[in-house]
Amino acid sequence: MNVASNLAPVVALVGNPNCGKTALFNALTGGRQKVANYPGVTVEKKVGRVVTPAGRAVRIVDLPGTYSLRARSPDEEITRDVVLGKLAGEGAPDLIVCVGDASNLRLALRLALELKKVGRPVVLALNMMDIARKRGIEIDTERLTRELGVPVVQSVAVRRGGTDALLGEIDRLLKNLPATSAADWRVPDASALRGGQHEADRVLRAAVKSSDERDRGTAAADAVLLHPVAGLLILLAILFVMFQAVFAWARPLMEVIQQGFAWLGAGVEVSPLPDLLKSFLKDGLISGVGSVVVFLPQIVILFFFILLLEDLGYMARAAFLMDRIMGGAGLHGRAFIPLLSSFACAIPGIMATRVIDDRRDRLTTILVAPLMTCSARIPVYTLIIGAFIPDRDVWGFIGLQGLVMFGLYAAGIAAALAVSFAIKRLVWHGAPGEPFMLELPDYKLPRLRSLAIGLWTRATIFLKRAGTTILAMMVLIWVLASFPQPPEGATGPAISYSLAAMIGSALQPITEPLGFNWQINVALIPGMAAREVAVGALGTIYAIDGGDVADKIGQAIAGQWSLATALALLAWYVFAPQCASTLAVIRRETGSWKWMWVTFAYMLGLAYVAALATYQIARALGGG
Amino acid sequence: MTSRPTIALGNARVGFRGRIHALCVKGASAGLPEPELERRLIELGFVEGASVELLHQGLFGSDPIAVRVAHTTIALRRREAMAILVNAEASA
Repeated sequence: MNVASNLAPVVALVGNPNCGKTALFNALTGGRQKVANYPGVTVEKKVGRVVTPAGRAVRIVDLPGTYSLRARSPDEEITRDVVLGKLAGEGAPDLIVCVGDASNLRLALRLALELKKVGRPVVLALNMMDIARKRGIEIDTERLTRELGVPVVQSVAVRRGGTDALLGEIDRLLKNLPATSAADWRVPDASALRGGQHEADRVLRAAVKSSDERDRGTAAADAVLLHPVAGLLILLAILFVMFQAVFAWARPLMEVIQQGFAWLGAGVEVSPLPDLLKSFLKDGLISGVGSVVVFLPQIVILFFFILLLEDLGYMARAAFLMDRIMGGAGLHGRAFIPLLSSFACAIPGIMATRVIDDRRDRLTTILVAPLMTCSARIPVYTLIIGAFIPDRDVWGFIGLQGLVMFGLYAAGIAAALAVSFAIKRLVWHGAPGEPFMLELPDYKLPRLRSLAIGLWTRATIFLKRAGTTILAMMVLIWVLASFPQPPEGATGPAISYSLAAMIGSALQPITEPLGFNWQINVALIPGMAAREVAVGALGTIYAIDGGDVADKIGQAIAGQWSLATALALLAWYVFAPQCASTLAVIRRETGSWKWMWVTFAYMLGLAYVAALATYQIARALGGG
Repeated sequence: MTSRPTIALGNARVGFRGRIHALCVKGASAGLPEPELERRLIELGFVEGASVELLHQGLFGSDPIAVRVAHTTIALRRREAMAILVNAEASA
């Protein structure tokens, strides 16, 4: 037994990517699951509880998908270490369930043969049996059991009762667990792998009758969706709908959240609390956390699309279609999704880089993800564009304001491509990147339940972060903006006496060439918490209260800034590392301070140069 | 196995059907050390004797390619597919 023998026995789920392992995990554990991180790494640890028919409580661990225990990515290292019981603080699992897609068993059988060598009892679960049967695949379970030397059960994760056989088998095996036999697993070399696959092919021929036909629906869909031209156009259309949804559908919900926090803030305002505490609650906690939580609808909608496309089996196709285009800039095809997510927010985007196996490819993607125009930049862009760019059409039909907005997005994308190209040349010295090798799974209808569980998990992770890391940043920034307190009888806005204002003035000589005044410098400091907070900070500095704040700030800055200053600030915002939570996530995901500072430094450098060039050129052209 | 000519899968056209003759990673200019490339190809099912069919290719440089290997579809770049030597199927 493992060290934690007083706890419920541990059953580990191991399987190839796309084998329906997570659906099986969801079916087994229902809502009773917990997502945490493995200590020291950022791989998600998914553990759930289930009570077997015999009344035994079992802990089920869902491990990242893999083709072999030979680990190639941080995710796969976790799978290997958990299975081998090498992870500090975790014993070896009592039982290993190797999950295989019944309609695509060839690679799963080789993995099952490899898992046998670990020295723990193994069960092979033939998942998605319903689909296999529909496609006329006949599996002789008894023969398979005999040939493989491990028990084999059938399961249909998505159907009620579809996991009964598996649970029964888990019960039977746990009843008389053998003592841990010595693991005789060693990192397989090519000839061991080849031997394993030949053996798996032999077993497959003996126990499984199937035609070599591809799934007809998948073949028909791929004829269109992977067509070199039509496929790309459809991908673009899907992206368009996705963006439309992220921005349009989220708006009403975001307004509700905003109003909720405003209502909370107003409640604090009229409460009989001391002023300083009021300010802390209202400006520090409520508006700080509120400014992050407001993005929850966008994040949920974005992940809805990502999970939906993932479950459908389309994500691998998107990577296939984009691989060559991304490759030109030194990015991996799989970087496509993380970068796309970064348009909503760099945080989920950077978290999504976990799908990239190769460390260098993953780092490059993490480094450029914050250059994608995230939704937090939108309020700042909107404010400045509204105040300085005339609302008229160019060439008769294109709104000038919209055109500038588009230009800012394009600048972000171009910068991301250029930076990743530079990283590949300068940092990795043009070493060829990780090869693009990816299974294209058959299309499958997504299950509402799995989608809902996935969305719930994402949302809670985001909210937890807003409640911890981001909250801490907000408090720090509030302290900077609130202390020291203004002297008795002070007339200016309180923030102008604070540490933030001192920093703002101290920065004056540096930002002068960019056309930034001290008010902008000061606003940039709370803007570190979340970019859009700068808008509110400008409001505070220009002493604006109540009503439609954004409109009034617009009028105030239109009167006080030159066009060159406004354009320089826009250029600054395209590049500047103005988001402490993104930096915190980079620190976490790369496991090093170094890459966080590298990101901070290069973005700051780009921002400075871009703002400087913009300001000086605009002035030379008469915009000063 | 057959007297048909052996070609690299990386040079095959869409519609090509055949069987894997051998893996030859020597001199492959892939982004991986040669033994590692070989192991990854095997893990994705590219072993001698497996049937292959080239299903799709990308728009630019006809790259990457989608290959049916036995019962699985794998996407990879032509550069890595150069290490997979295949014989065309007689009936193809």
